Amino acid sequence: MSKPAPKTYLAPGHRGCAGCCDALAAKFMLMGTGPNTIVVNPTGCLEVMTTPFPESAWKVPWIHSLFENGGAVASGVEAALKALGRKEGIKVIGVGGDGSTMDIGIRSLSGAFERGHDITYVCVDNEAYMNTGIQRSSGTPFDASTTTSPPGKISFGNPRPKKNMPAIMVAHGSPYVATTSIGYPRDMIKKVKKATEIEGPAYIHAHAPCPTGWGFDGSKTIEMAKLAVETCLWPMYEMENGELTQVKKVKNPKPVEEYLRAQKRFKHLFTMDGGDEEIKKIQATADWNIEFYGLQ
Amino acid sequence: MTVNVADKDKMVVVEGSYAVAHAAKVCRPNVISAYPITPQTHIVEDLSQFIADGEIPNCEYINVESEFSAISALVGSSAVGARSYSATTSQGLLLMHEVLFNASGMRLPIIMTVANRAVGAPINIWNDHQDSISQRDTGWLQLHAEDPQESADMLPQIFKVAEDKDVLLPGMACMDGFILSHVYEPVVLLEQDLTDEFLPAYDPEYVLDPANPMSFGAFAAPDTYEEFRFMQEKAMQAALPKIEAAAKEFGEIYGRFHGGLIDEYLTDDAEVIVMSMGSILGTVKDVVDEYRARGEKIGVLKVRSFRPFPKEQIRKAIKDAAAVVVLDKNISIGLNEGALFTETKSCMYNSRCDIPIIGYTIGHGGRDVPRESVAKIIEEAKKVASSGITVESQFLDVKEELL
Amino acid sequence: MKITSGGVCEPGSTLANKTGGWRNFRPVYDYDKCTKCGICEIVCPDMSISLREDDFFEYNYDYCKGCGICANECPADAIEMVLEEK
Repeated sequence: MSKPAPKTYLAPGHRGCAGCCDALAAKFMLMGTGPNTIVVNPTGCLEVMTTPFPESAWKVPWIHSLFENGGAVASGVEAALKALGRKEGIKVIGVGGDGSTMDIGIRSLSGAFERGHDITYVCVDNEAYMNTGIQRSSGTPFDASTTTSPPGKISFGNPRPKKNMPAIMVAHGSPYVATTSIGYPRDMIKKVKKATEIEGPAYIHAHAPCPTGWGFDGSKTIEMAKLAVETCLWPMYEMENGELTQVKKVKNPKPVEEYLRAQKRFKHLFTMDGGDEEIKKIQATADWNIEFYGLQ
Repeated sequence: MTVNVADKDKMVVVEGSYAVAHAAKVCRPNVISAYPITPQTHIVEDLSQFIADGEIPNCEYINVESEFSAISALVGSSAVGARSYSATTSQGLLLMHEVLFNASGMRLPIIMTVANRAVGAPINIWNDHQDSISQRDTGWLQLHAEDPQESADMLPQIFKVAEDKDVLLPGMACMDGFILSHVYEPVVLLEQDLTDEFLPAYDPEYVLDPANPMSFGAFAAPDTYEEFRFMQEKAMQAALPKIEAAAKEFGEIYGRFHGGLIDEYLTDDAEVIVMSMGSILGTVKDVVDEYRARGEKIGVLKVRSFRPFPKEQIRKAIKDAAAVVVLDKNISIGLNEGALFTETKSCMYNSRCDIPIIGYTIGHGGRDVPRESVAKIIEEAKKVASSGITVESQFLDVKEELL
Repeated sequence: MKITSGGVCEPGSTLANKTGGWRNFRPVYDYDKCTKCGICEIVCPDMSISLREDDFFEYNYDYCKGCGICANECPADAIEMVLEEK
């Protein structure tokens, strides 16, 4: 990497865990947006760890209101800038976790996208409610153990696959929907920049492994993010006006087992009877991604 | 209401909702965000037409997908520095509940008309005050209007109070659903030039702006949270004289006065005082006029500001009565009292004055309150004045045969 | 500290909170191995790595939490995590 990293607008001193995925996501996001940005951040780890009154880690204007209204607050910010004649050159960006985006906040986000506000929304998907202590969300993958989807005598953990949130946002007619991963900072920065430069509501879904919630060492955050992509469990693509326009190819996909084995949340699959059959189901998800998105 | 004689020439017959929408328009809002709900719909339809006709400059109208988002969008817009307006009622207001606390805690002076309506279950679209009364602890100013003209006139007043630097609290301007929102009456539509004179542009100290990138909505730990609450309460107390002053200044500029925090009608020598809020006061005053014609000393106390609650003014207004009866279009189930009754008793308790106060919960779900019922209430209050309280609080007209 | 209206906060004010005290392992550069690629700077979740005038990088130990992402991601194996002695 010879070219210098773009400037970011997140300050140190935040209370994120060592190796925090949300801090990385916010850092990369702001590298993509630049300083002329207003950030709307619904409740979650990122919000809590960056703004304990009277401190804020944000060097761009930032607003947190509630857990489930990020889309609406961003709509109001955008509308106000337009009404006051201040919108020119200012980017409005929402950033929330999987819970505030895919679960409790989906109505608000859906409304904002349907109405066509000129906003970008970034979902930092760490696949569970980390702020409250690792409970299951609709972003939690199949068979993952969380505090509300524990494996037990009759359960292998979370019984449902991840909700396909990017597809839902594509269905809103969004001109730009992209998946990315904090394991690929340049990819994320580029996609955020592109999203904010496109007129209308754009959506970025960033995969973000959480060391605390998933059970791996804080030094491995980037490594784990890359492994999700390399095993094809997290496909990275762009969709413009509903068409798949770019896919990150994975030449020699690694077996999902390599990814699962590295995380405590999947540990039970390697100790319980029948775990190997479950791993096959997860491998089938990766295989489906390879086929569907043309990853090879 | 004091009406300027010159107003008669300016009066037009319009629906209450139109008068309110027009008042909202001349307040020069920058962002309007609303979701349709009966009986608020005509207000937002009229505003939408103004927008479609380009009659509200520098304004964006957001057709949101829920009341929750209606008020949430205004949290965003107000933080940017936009004058922000919505209208709702009933279930919609309840859906906003969480955001109401948020808007107040963030000290965003959003203004909202509430076309008061009952709440379900059973679902019911008619008027009572259960919706806004149940939001009383959210930290919003809450004013109640008596007629369509006041519903309209209240908007510039409450914007002015809410946006005052010593206040900075959001506010609800309440009007009775259907009774005021759907009635056609002669009103004066607020003049743009007078409104511009009365209501200065919103000029907040902090806004979301990359040139001065402040953070809004941080979390507060136990070491500061209490001070945030204290400051909200202080702002509410600061609003008390501002509401009076705004009403007075409005009267000077527009020639109409509907009362400040309260409005007294024949209370000076009254032996029995009937207290209430909203459109029922019209009926009450009619009945009281009949009593006065017979030489009976009955008076009426209109409470215009429910939040902040004007304790001092109420104490002063009722202290010399022999009995007070409070009519509430709401009930705290489990206490069997309406809120205005409970709070009126509460503010008298530690005063040296020990007048008997009784309460009726009336008009639930739009139940008509005819003159005869008001007379029945006054008769009961007269008995209380002479022989003391037998029933402290009760429903007005429960149909025993249905139970 | 005075409470601002609505609790508005100054930008970047978490600088008051020095998180270096959280650290168990201290990252240390081996400048002989460093290729100045800059990956460490970009992957630091605590914005605690900055470019020096000579194009090498340096840590700000006031904020570095010692997560070790930089050492894990360094393609030249030029960062060692050394146990902090407290």
